Amino acid sequence: MLTLEGLTVRQGGFELRADFSVRAGAMTAVIGPSGAGKSTLLSAIAGFIRPSAGRVLWQGEDLGPLLPGERPATVIFQDNNLFPHLSAFSNVALGLRPSLKLGPAEGAAVEAALARVGLAGLEGRKPAALSGGQQSRVALARVLVRARPLLLLDEPFAALGPALRAEMLDLVAELARDTQATVLMVTHDPADAEQVAEQVTFVDGGQALAPVPTGQLLAEPPEALRAYLGQRKTRP
Amino acid sequence: MAGRARQLNLAVGAGSAAAAVVLALTLGTLGAVAWRAESAARLGPSDWAAVRFTLLQATLSALISVALAIPVARALARRRFAGRGVLITLLGAPFILPVIVAVLGLLAVFGRAGLLSQFLGRFGLPPVQIYGLHGVVLAHVFFNLPLATRLILQGWLAIPAERFRLAASLGFSERDVGRELERPMLREVLPGAFAVIFAICTTSFAVVLALGGGPRATTVELAIYQAFRFDFDLGRAAGLALVQFAIGAAAAGLALRFQVPQATGGGLDRVAGRPEADSPGRRIADTAWISLAAAFLLLPLGMIVLRGAPALFGMPPAVLAAALRSVLVALSSTVLALALALPLAFAMWHLRGRRLAGWLEALGYLPVAASPLVIGTGLFILFHPVVDPVALALPVTVVVNATMSLPFALRALVPAVARVEGRFGPLADSLGMHGQARLRHLHWPRLRRPIGFSAGLAAALSMGDLGVIALFADPEQATLPLQLYRLMAAYRMEDAAGAGLLLLVLAVALFWLFDRGGRVNADT
Repeated sequence: MLTLEGLTVRQGGFELRADFSVRAGAMTAVIGPSGAGKSTLLSAIAGFIRPSAGRVLWQGEDLGPLLPGERPATVIFQDNNLFPHLSAFSNVALGLRPSLKLGPAEGAAVEAALARVGLAGLEGRKPAALSGGQQSRVALARVLVRARPLLLLDEPFAALGPALRAEMLDLVAELARDTQATVLMVTHDPADAEQVAEQVTFVDGGQALAPVPTGQLLAEPPEALRAYLGQRKTRP
Repeated sequence: MAGRARQLNLAVGAGSAAAAVVLALTLGTLGAVAWRAESAARLGPSDWAAVRFTLLQATLSALISVALAIPVARALARRRFAGRGVLITLLGAPFILPVIVAVLGLLAVFGRAGLLSQFLGRFGLPPVQIYGLHGVVLAHVFFNLPLATRLILQGWLAIPAERFRLAASLGFSERDVGRELERPMLREVLPGAFAVIFAICTTSFAVVLALGGGPRATTVELAIYQAFRFDFDLGRAAGLALVQFAIGAAAAGLALRFQVPQATGGGLDRVAGRPEADSPGRRIADTAWISLAAAFLLLPLGMIVLRGAPALFGMPPAVLAAALRSVLVALSSTVLALALALPLAFAMWHLRGRRLAGWLEALGYLPVAASPLVIGTGLFILFHPVVDPVALALPVTVVVNATMSLPFALRALVPAVARVEGRFGPLADSLGMHGQARLRHLHWPRLRRPIGFSAGLAAALSMGDLGVIALFADPEQATLPLQLYRLMAAYRMEDAAGAGLLLLVLAVALFWLFDRGGRVNADT
């Protein structure tokens, strides 16, 4: 279980509070207007921002003292998920060994992960020689080899077209099932949430609300969410 | 967050150590100078004449460079021709050109026995005289006209092409375009260009050593050298060094007050369509300006190659020994420059947003105001009670040259480190890439281009430097630039031509090797 215990994050003049738990293995979408603090929430969980109050706990353990790389989490950022000077293979291998010194079994695991996301045969390519969708797949292969229990996605597919994005979301859902990962996924599109997330946390006005089942939230959106979605009171 | 704190401490610690070295070399040596100058006799009338001459030649050099650069930059901004890119690249070349080699080339064109005098002789006219104020200014214009042209060209190309299109659609004449578009830009760019060149010319030493001298053409830098080398009057040298530092600091302060456009060369290849300047007369005038500027730059260089090539083989052993010494000095000072610049750049990144980062940055640019001769004088005052300064001539040269190239290295490395850490730092953090792993798989692959470029600049600058070495060295320890100067002073022009070409080739080769090494197979 991921627990945000009285968490307060301050950045400049901006403050975000969160106080809720997420069941292990759940897939949670984080939605809200831009600038509301969705990415800030993820950054605090990933360890990039030190909270000014409260704690982040995973299975009861306080993550506070841990560096980002030591936390039980894999992060996929909006961009810059791959090093352009390294091959697809090395980019995935970094998830296992930051030194890139792999044993034979680890090398095989990297190749298997790349094959699993449909990139068999492209191990030697550098990111510039891959399409946008393929680049996303490399980042997802790294999720597989890291096999960390938490997966934090910060709008990683925002640059892809609708069809490709839907495809990637399905792949994320599959991989999360395979690795039994607990997923937090920032998105600005409620359709993404509907497609893969069982619950949604809505971030607005400096507050991340406790997650609510996706169907329920979108069927009867509270006032602030309705304003954000910009639609009629009830969905047809 | 113990690991992060450790990483931060390491970067800040190494950066602070580098900063302490720079501080000791610039302000520390100045302190030694001030301490020694206290007991000094007051500066005499000849010293104040040196101050006046320093300011006069710097003002004239900057004014003429900027004034001539305006029509050249305008011509380059609005004409498209084969070789335009090469010419603009060549405008950056004087930066790595050893000063004493350029002087040799200028002598071959403008000297008593030079091309110009020969040409005038055909009409029974007397040969031109290059020594004195106009020779110093000529050499400074040779070095700074290209710089001014690049700075002003940058300003021209910063005017959006759409404005020129709009002007054309409104039927603007050349005069209208000048009033509405070009003069406002020039008003912004020219003061900065003038101030930078003025500052460069106040600290110039080798040009004045070779072409100036005498009571009427001595700068403060040259006066320090003479007080030190000929009169061994340490008190007077120290007093002059303080005056020089004041001038350098004031000139650098002046340059910093103006927004100096960056002459990085990026985007210099665009040409906006300019119908208002399309008349044959305008085209001929622009062509003339570009040809004259190119000839002014290329003739002296061509003469070095032409005269030096026959003498290149069969050079005296002393020249070859000096060349070897210079290469070793250049390589050592390159290593030292990077050893100072990289920790400083990383420390600035780790401390970003804090006041200490600002101090580190200011410190890194302090050598711009410092003069090599002042640093050399200070080091001499500090060391001569304990060690024979002649034995320190080469190490001191290494250290001073590294310090002088530090600002240029920082200018390339600080933004590069910020870019790499800003873009890929979070990913590397999230993957736990620290220490060795981060260095090998993130910093080295992504920073090798700016590192190679900085190393190339540092090596070429050190290779061609004729400054502090002139204070200390005895004949057995001359570097190649000093050896070349001695050959010229002894009128052994054939040997000088060979040594000049060798020095030119070595400086360019060092720059090319490092810069190229950083680029080969580097992914951007």
